[in-house]
Amino acid sequence: MSAVRSLEPWRWIGVPMLQVLGVTILFGIPLRIWGLQLPEPVFPMAAVFAWGVIRPSVIAPAAIVLMGLLLDVFWGGPFGLWALCLLVAYGVVLASRSMISGQGRAALWGFYAVVTALAFGVGVIVAGVKDKNLPGLIPLAWQYLATIVLYPFANRLIEMFEDADVRFR
Amino acid sequence: MSLRESPFGELKVPLTWTAGVAVAVAIVAAIALLVSDRRDSFRAEAYGATRGVADQVLAPAGDALSAPGRWTGAGIDTIKGYFFAVSENRRLKADLKEMSQWRDVALALRNENARYRTLLGLKTDPPIPMVAARVVTDARGPFANTRLANAGREKGVKVGNPVMSENGLVGRIIGVTEGASRVLLLTDTASKVPVMIDRTNARAILTGDGGPNPKLEYLRGESPVKEGDRVITSGDGGVIPRGLPVGTAVRGLDGRWRVVLASDKSPIDFVRVLLFQDFTQLVNQRELAEREVPPPTAGALTIAPQPAVPPAIGAKPAAPPAVKPADAASKPAAASAPRPVSGAEKAARPGEKPSTVKPSTVKPAAAKLPAKPPPSKAVSAKAPVGAKSPAGPKPAARAEPNAPSDAEEPPT
Repeated sequence: MSAVRSLEPWRWIGVPMLQVLGVTILFGIPLRIWGLQLPEPVFPMAAVFAWGVIRPSVIAPAAIVLMGLLLDVFWGGPFGLWALCLLVAYGVVLASRSMISGQGRAALWGFYAVVTALAFGVGVIVAGVKDKNLPGLIPLAWQYLATIVLYPFANRLIEMFEDADVRFR
Repeated sequence: MSLRESPFGELKVPLTWTAGVAVAVAIVAAIALLVSDRRDSFRAEAYGATRGVADQVLAPAGDALSAPGRWTGAGIDTIKGYFFAVSENRRLKADLKEMSQWRDVALALRNENARYRTLLGLKTDPPIPMVAARVVTDARGPFANTRLANAGREKGVKVGNPVMSENGLVGRIIGVTEGASRVLLLTDTASKVPVMIDRTNARAILTGDGGPNPKLEYLRGESPVKEGDRVITSGDGGVIPRGLPVGTAVRGLDGRWRVVLASDKSPIDFVRVLLFQDFTQLVNQRELAEREVPPPTAGALTIAPQPAVPPAIGAKPAAPPAVKPADAASKPAAASAPRPVSGAEKAARPGEKPSTVKPSTVKPAAAKLPAKPPPSKAVSAKAPVGAKSPAGPKPAARAEPNAPSDAEEPPT
């Protein structure tokens, strides 16, 4: 990016949050094409990863909780499940920010895959404890793959805002 | 005192640490929300107002968003119908020929069935009213498999109602609001439905795992199921009626028995909500529990009726019942001896306060009975906790919680 953009919260947190929630609702419509359903990736994961890389923030955790709760309400899952999974992912990115910032695209994509796996692992544990029943590996793998291919969107968000605040370069 | 003047005014906290603390607080809040969540409960209020309002908003939005898909599908169907009318006509004629033979068989069986029912005096289940609804949103991930249908409380939909497509069972209602209801699919990890194998009557629990083919768990007996067996609902537990088609049994890649759902044959765009109420929900439990005690047989010795109103303080207690232990032992225990009130009985009498009946007040008749209970009493005492109470007469002692104090002596 040539021009450095200002880092106002509504720009790097508010707008991406609305975008990922909008796409999630769009993918939630009951549509089948030749008998196949649309995939159901966790769109907010891309935004959460990018927020952690761009800079630490106090607003981001609140936005993540809100986004996770809206996901749970929309998908009808246990209330708080996705808030917890996304927060764990954000916490890990935040803790290892000094290590991953400045890395290349492939390395970041790999780290995004690891963080996503961790979030899904938390989801499996929660489902196992709450429902006393573990989700199947195949549906887990499908949603995981559909989520990690979203990294280019996270990368775009990182490129847009990572140089906006010189204190956190 | 302004912030600048305060001792903490110049305090600088690293933003990373502040963000870390915010994450920790948010994680605690998320865990608290998770612990309090009861989405698969049968209690309507457990669904929560937040979810109710969100569903109310989401239902019209999802309906509008899915409209283009529906219109496209309808258009494709029209074009297909036009181009494939001849082949479809041929297929339908063949189907009609086969169905005509089945109709004769069905009519004969219906007649025979009606005669058997008349002979046996069998009371069959009442017809189940249904409500049609359109599915407007669809969640299909590994952690949540639910759908939002655009029929709600205004149409009589209740939590627990089974939901079917034209091919088979889809799931059950877990949340209802005005204009929308949330359906928990059979494939959700929280879904556990009692089913049976049509061929062998073997029972199992159909457990979802987020995938398209839920597992058959708790199968008993030797080879209770084989590939291709039809799976239907067993009706055990009274939430879902017996005999609804669920699917076909198959052996999964992991070696477990799974079910290919009948409802997956075609897109689930329209569903039927069965406004099903089990016999235990329809029956008036209070009326059953408050039946009159039958009059005593003429000439037989029995316990004298206890006074309904407790005597005034200081008044002389009423005379004890003139029953000898030997006489009491010859009586049916269920009619004379009190027994502990089970959980099901308490639930059946919501108006009563279970804790107000003190142990001492339910003792009097037992005090006049022999220490060793007759065989029938021993059987009733072994009834499992939570078992439904028999519709028989109620013990006199329980009907008289304020019995005279002379009857409160411990049994000897």
